[in-house]
Amino acid sequence: MFVINCPYCGERDQQEFKAGGEAHIERPKQPTELSDDEWAEYLFMRKNIKGVQFERWNHAHGCRKWFNMVRDTSNDEIKLVYKMGEKPSLE
Amino acid sequence: MKNKYSIFSLIKNALSYHENWQKAWKDPQPKKEYDAVIVGGGGHGLATAYYLAKKHNMKNIAVVEKGWIGGGNTGRNTTIIRSNYLWDASAGLYDHALKIWEGLSQELNYNVMFSQRGVMNLAHNLQDIRDLKRRTHANRLNGIDAVYLNTEEVKKFCPIINTSPDIRYPVLGGTLQRRAGTARHDAVAWGYARGADEMGVDIIQNCEVKGIKRNGDSVEGIETTKGFIKTNKVGVVAAGHSSVIANMAGIRLPLESKPLQALVSEPVKPIIDTVVMSNAVHAYVSQSDKGELVIGAGTDDYVSYSQKGSHQIVEGTLNAILELYPIFSRMRMLRQWGGIVDICPDASPILSKTSIKGLYFNCGWGTGGFKATPGSGDLFAHTIANDEPHKLNAAFNLNRFVSGDLVDEHGAAAVAH
Repeated sequence: MFVINCPYCGERDQQEFKAGGEAHIERPKQPTELSDDEWAEYLFMRKNIKGVQFERWNHAHGCRKWFNMVRDTSNDEIKLVYKMGEKPSLE
Repeated sequence: MKNKYSIFSLIKNALSYHENWQKAWKDPQPKKEYDAVIVGGGGHGLATAYYLAKKHNMKNIAVVEKGWIGGGNTGRNTTIIRSNYLWDASAGLYDHALKIWEGLSQELNYNVMFSQRGVMNLAHNLQDIRDLKRRTHANRLNGIDAVYLNTEEVKKFCPIINTSPDIRYPVLGGTLQRRAGTARHDAVAWGYARGADEMGVDIIQNCEVKGIKRNGDSVEGIETTKGFIKTNKVGVVAAGHSSVIANMAGIRLPLESKPLQALVSEPVKPIIDTVVMSNAVHAYVSQSDKGELVIGAGTDDYVSYSQKGSHQIVEGTLNAILELYPIFSRMRMLRQWGGIVDICPDASPILSKTSIKGLYFNCGWGTGGFKATPGSGDLFAHTIANDEPHKLNAAFNLNRFVSGDLVDEHGAAAVAH
């Protein structure tokens, strides 16, 4: 178990949060013009990185806001949290 | 030639204090070149190598394993075997495996301790009842044994279940597959390893794949911690690490790797002689031959390769176990662990060719791959040897995520994924 620093509420128990998968997958701007391959890429294909990964999380049992997280999936260490729309500043 | 295991070999070796047993498999260094290399020495990978050698006469092959054989999910699962899946494609795939399980110990001359003690799935609400009845009918149309049980029949089959109407999620019914059961997970890896080794397969442990070498659109070999191995056919059976290998090869997979936990209790006398799974409250339990209760928990919802899950997942499972089996309330849990499972969006596996010639993936088994081990190996060997899928695994191709022809077993299978 780990503690997550919600950018709106501060440090809370991980139990309050829901993981939302890989971050920064942009919704297609012209959905009607997408090929089947492009739909598959958008809907299903994931990097699933072992190492530092950008993710979306939701503070489901708290402020219920979505935010982003940079996390090392090999040891579950959280590197950074930032609000939706912000640019991450990794050192 | 391997010595045959039998009661006589056991007595003979007892006379020399069991110090002179023949090695079950060699510990070779990799050759420069193979006809095919299997990446991943778990049950599925070893079974693939075994059937490649046995049925397709490919003897110059190797299995490369990052750690030790059977040390990943093969040795971490809760050993449940069943084939009561909803959809035709899944029923074909999993029942093919179950049929091989039924003769596997004899075939391998290795006791995999396959025990057809039955698997019962419980219903806790009206929708569960409808789903389980629908699945029972679908199973029977596919020639898979399945019966629907009412609450009294559930109680009769497994008397320690609390069937009181007063509990939070009362038991309203269930299904039973009598041919289902459990097997000794380590023995499956060891038995296939011994069988493959006998036919000349090199099983190379402590050999991690670092890169896939491509020449245009075809595979030329793999870079490993034990040097470069030249080969035109690479079958990747890396479970939770499939995406890591795919990223090396530059192909995209629809997988997410998540921790799945299990735990065992202290050993006690026989108390539960079947496997009971409950979808809605996510608790399943059986008893090992050593007497431990073997309990399976759920997955965490985030990607992780750490082989550790969250505490609340285990807590939730044990809450459900205690409500269903009040008799276990004073038992102590001895060990708890996690394995990394690769989950597909439709909760069905991928046994498929890829856009790269000679590169094959067998992955996406998610939370339920152990049961399929022999069938998966058989069908994946067929796919690699013929460069074409077998009709039983044709539906489990990678292209289904483009065509939309998914095999959606989320909830349709007997357990929540």
